[in-house]
Amino acid sequence: MLLIRCPYCEEERPEIEFRHAGEAHVARPTDIASISDEEFETFFFIRANTRGTVYERWRHVHGCARFFNAVRDSMSDRFIMTYKAGDPKPKKLPGV
Amino acid sequence: MAKAAAKTVQEAAGVERRPALGGQDMSAGGVKVAVLPPANRVSLRARQEAVASLSRALGVALPQKPKTSAAKGGRTVFWLGPDEWFVLDEQGGDALADCGKAKGLHSAVDVSHRHVAFAVSGPGAEATIAAGCPRDLSLAAFAVGDCSRTVFGKAEILLYRVSEQEFRVECWRSFSDYVFGLLAEGARDAAA
Amino acid sequence: MAESFRLPGRGRLAQARTARFTFDGKSYGGVAGDTLASALLANGVHLVGRSFKYHRPRGILSAGAEEPNALVGIHRDASRKTPNVRATVQELYDGLTAVSQNRWPSLGFDVGAVNDLASPFFSAGFYYKTFMWPKAAWKSLYEPFIRSAAGLGVAPDQSDPDHYAARFAHCEVLVLGGGAAGLAAALAAAESGLRVIICDEQAELGGSLRFESGAAIDGQNGWDWAQAAAARLAAMDNVRVLTRTTAFGYYLQNFVALAERVSDHLSSPGGLPRERLWQVRAKRVVLATGSIERHMVFPDNDRPGVMLASAARTYLNHYGVAVGKNVGVYTANDSAYAGAIDLKKAGVNVAAIVDLRDNPSGPMVDEARALGIEIHGGRGVVRVGGRLRVSSITVKPRTGGDGERTIAVDALLVSAGWTPSVHLFSQSRGKVTFNDEVKRFLPGTYAQDCISVGACNGTDGLAATIDEAYAAGAKAAREAGGKTGKAAKPKVEASESWSRGMLGAGPGAEAGTTVKAFVDFQNDVTAKDIRQAVREGMQSIEHVKRFTTNGMATDQGKTSNMHGLAIAAEELGKAVPEVGLTTFRAPYTPVTFGTIVGHARGKLFDPTRRTAMHGWAERHGAVFEDVGQWKRAWYFPQRGEDMHAAVNRECVTVRKSAGLFDASTLGKIEVVGPDAAAFMELMYTNPWQKLEAGRCRYGVMLREDGFIYDDGVVGRLAEDRFHVTTTTGGAARVMNHMEDYLQTEFPHLKVWLTSISEQWAVIAVQGPKSRDIIAPLVEGIDLSDEAMPHMSVREGRICGVPTRLFRMSFSGERGFEVNVPADYGEAVWEALWAQGRKHDACAYGTETMHVLRAEKGYIIVGQDTDGTVTPNDAGLDWAVGKKKTDFVGIRGLKRPDLVAEGRRQLVGLRTRHPDVVLEEGAQIVADPKLPVPMKMIGHVTSSYWSENCGRSIALALVEGGRKRMGETLYVPMPDRTIEVEVTGMVFFDEKGERLNG
Ligand SMILES: [Zn+2]
Repeated sequence: MLLIRCPYCEEERPEIEFRHAGEAHVARPTDIASISDEEFETFFFIRANTRGTVYERWRHVHGCARFFNAVRDSMSDRFIMTYKAGDPKPKKLPGV
Repeated sequence: MAKAAAKTVQEAAGVERRPALGGQDMSAGGVKVAVLPPANRVSLRARQEAVASLSRALGVALPQKPKTSAAKGGRTVFWLGPDEWFVLDEQGGDALADCGKAKGLHSAVDVSHRHVAFAVSGPGAEATIAAGCPRDLSLAAFAVGDCSRTVFGKAEILLYRVSEQEFRVECWRSFSDYVFGLLAEGARDAAA
Repeated sequence: MAESFRLPGRGRLAQARTARFTFDGKSYGGVAGDTLASALLANGVHLVGRSFKYHRPRGILSAGAEEPNALVGIHRDASRKTPNVRATVQELYDGLTAVSQNRWPSLGFDVGAVNDLASPFFSAGFYYKTFMWPKAAWKSLYEPFIRSAAGLGVAPDQSDPDHYAARFAHCEVLVLGGGAAGLAAALAAAESGLRVIICDEQAELGGSLRFESGAAIDGQNGWDWAQAAAARLAAMDNVRVLTRTTAFGYYLQNFVALAERVSDHLSSPGGLPRERLWQVRAKRVVLATGSIERHMVFPDNDRPGVMLASAARTYLNHYGVAVGKNVGVYTANDSAYAGAIDLKKAGVNVAAIVDLRDNPSGPMVDEARALGIEIHGGRGVVRVGGRLRVSSITVKPRTGGDGERTIAVDALLVSAGWTPSVHLFSQSRGKVTFNDEVKRFLPGTYAQDCISVGACNGTDGLAATIDEAYAAGAKAAREAGGKTGKAAKPKVEASESWSRGMLGAGPGAEAGTTVKAFVDFQNDVTAKDIRQAVREGMQSIEHVKRFTTNGMATDQGKTSNMHGLAIAAEELGKAVPEVGLTTFRAPYTPVTFGTIVGHARGKLFDPTRRTAMHGWAERHGAVFEDVGQWKRAWYFPQRGEDMHAAVNRECVTVRKSAGLFDASTLGKIEVVGPDAAAFMELMYTNPWQKLEAGRCRYGVMLREDGFIYDDGVVGRLAEDRFHVTTTTGGAARVMNHMEDYLQTEFPHLKVWLTSISEQWAVIAVQGPKSRDIIAPLVEGIDLSDEAMPHMSVREGRICGVPTRLFRMSFSGERGFEVNVPADYGEAVWEALWAQGRKHDACAYGTETMHVLRAEKGYIIVGQDTDGTVTPNDAGLDWAVGKKKTDFVGIRGLKRPDLVAEGRRQLVGLRTRHPDVVLEEGAQIVADPKLPVPMKMIGHVTSSYWSENCGRSIALALVEGGRKRMGETLYVPMPDRTIEVEVTGMVFFDEKGERLNG
């Protein structure tokens, strides 16, 4: 069981308090009703599934209940950092 | 607006109130698990700008630091999330009505019947809860007055440290059988 | 029978404290503190089991957790039969009953031993080769054969009456292993005052000091020092000492799983759990897991009486048991000499030491010689005599040539050297590196905050071990934020040390020989098998392992891995590290399911959720059904009714008079804030802005892909407050879905969500008499059709308690849903029931609810939809706001596939014969005369007998269904084909007049 730092609770908490919520930084188009089939495909179906550094959404569902973002290494499962929902993708990662 | 719509629930009941597990308890070695009597509970949501007015209306300053609580006059307010507090009134106060007096924009919802509360007390209290809760419950990591939603076995609970050797555990009503059962198992093992 | 091999005054057990036990029905005596193995050996019993594949007689190889041979069944009573217990780990208690395994009819004479003679049939890879062809032989021949031959021990056939505990624990320093290294590390770390946990698989801490007679620390004998150190640790508030506790799994971020055997050693466990799972999170971990002695690989090296030298020393020095009266020693390193010396000093005859090394020398060798023990240097054991017990060894020069000699022995101590236990280090994802000089895999690159010390780190010698461990313990505590440095480090005054030994097969078992020289005892893998695997093309050790099953038994190759690797490397002509080491996986030793399950069994397996009215339903004879974790009243049989009769009666009663139904399990969410309506617009397909306060609307929720996700009736309590209901199963995920959008896509909206599912108990009162039933109990709400029309909501009081009263219907009848605070649910239900009785109303369950809604063509999300159904498919286009510019799913709905012709649409089906009730899930075809497989054009989603319609009714998803009205379709079943007519979805009161009836 991993430890995950919740950026709202400001401490590490056991993984079972959390739920994974898919890839991060996939914004819902504001004009979604009028986007093309290709744009919808990209938005809804296509995911990077990177080997290595991944950006994910998690929810501290059995804690503060907030959604937040995390940077994780998909090889080692290790969390590199977490940050609040809505914050931009970090430019620099600690220790990377 | 939200504040005006907040409904005051006056429970001058014409029928019997039958709380889940009403009054049950169990003891094992150095632990006692007791079902606590009904209480007045409010789920309170607000943005930062409304905190001051809600604190005034409730008579307790809403805690701002994660995992902390504040208590005054039989009323305790728990920090649950950055815009979420849980108000517990054990002395007959009507927290919902008091929230309604605040000018700041907020959502206050009566959840008095949603929960069942347990007191887990004694030298084995920490070990009892550790039967199903993955959190570090040492005083250094979870001090007196600390509170948090977390998990207990397969149920979600609200955990609050009342004193060094006493915790308050709240869960949703329909999970109370399960939570009581697992607390009892944990207590028996803590006593073993 | 007397314990003729117990040496009076030897060992550390109080020999006066006796215990009786039985093995294969025969009664024996032992001593408190014995293991089953030591007690058997005290009675001269070496033959304890049969091997897995060849059913060869097997004895006791070790004195610890690495035991591959001595697996027995422990039978406490009829339901407590534990197979595959290592006799070397099982502690003796008075009345213990053990039975041998893998033998029939008896241990001494086993029919299965014919496998030994038929062994060419079982050669390496036989799993993959033998049972290939012909296919028909599988059922008749191979499978029955494998089933009878395979399997280790016999599983109990009754449920486990014991209970198992589980606990999470947290500490700054976790020390795995309680030998000299672990103790030193724990002492150093504990000084900091930080939380320290030290665990060891044995009943007492001490590790190899248990057998090392030559160790002295701080003026004490090594073992006594260990006991004193353990007592000191146990007395400290910040230290938890866990004995009989095996660290079996090392997971990410220093999360380590420990299995504590709490009561398996007690004759009457009382109320204690059998085992306890500890899930420990540590800031720092010190691995002090020691090393394991390897056996020598030579022909018939599995005969009972052949034993690791350190095990023989343990039996002598700790348990006071001589493993024989005339023992031999076969070794390639010094440590076995210590065994010979200890035994000799205890008065046991040592017939010979056979040492593979030419001209062995050193203090140990000198001491043995001085004691008059014959030493045969440069020689190997090439043969043994005896079948059920070793009776002699035949010794030959290593380099071949003459000089063969047979020596009578009744036990043979073997040692090929020591393998560091890097299992847990490897599980922590650390990388081992091969040290060619010492021929050992040692911890190399660390992946976690842990450190290896002592023998598992390749550190030889007690003084060096304690230095290293003490420093590591102190460092771990400092890194975890503690202060150390005052207490004195334990001082080693005397110790033993020995050289490295050898890997692989010895003389007599070299390449080209066909003898059975075992590498892996438990899986019956020989040196020849490994060579054969290489010859058949296996290049990597992972392939060799799978082909031969070397190291794949329950002991996970603790004694066999290194030998197997060396033999494969030799055959491949490669260096050991090029062939690689197999991956170590959890669990380190076998773990019971009970330990893994812990408290989560019986009523604690999963929460059973009950509504506030559950007790009433139970008292009134309800049969319950599981709906997720909920128990819901399914139907209420009366006076011997079966389900069919009860449901028919309930369905008719509701439409004739009224019925009460517990709808409390529906999810309920309170949506509050000035942007509540704007948020609802985004979450549901329907328009909400114009819904007046006090009115309700049926809402449809989609996922972004355009498929139906959930539905439910939503009441607007105020301009800024909605009371949303969800399906029972959807409660949690709908809340998550709404929070997700609110927090991450629409955070600008001023609105908050609160789950009120369990705040309100919900009593549905449905039927023409529903208003008459509730009216006498309701205060402050005008119930007239004008004041409170269908699909409206009011707040007021019922029975003197607050209510949110919905006028709504899931039955097609006039209906209400009475929400009251949950603790009042049952009392209000009782009051409504008393009113209902006056109108001959009934209580009804979920089955009747399903039938009534199907009669009206109301769908159930998850039954009539399956995640690929759009509102249009379900006939719910009317619920999609045509003028809306955005809602979740708006774009998904326009996807080409979702607007294409010929999609499956929800329709009604009437069977040609009204009595025939279709099966839900049955497939539908247009032409039953087509050859199989026919083209399926749909399936039945809901199907019931409708007493109100006097016929069966069904809903189905059918390709282009709405264009097929009146068409005849077919439902092929195994025994017949059922003819159906496609109809509309409403079977009862098509005009909907009864909503106000
Ligand atoms: Zn959090």
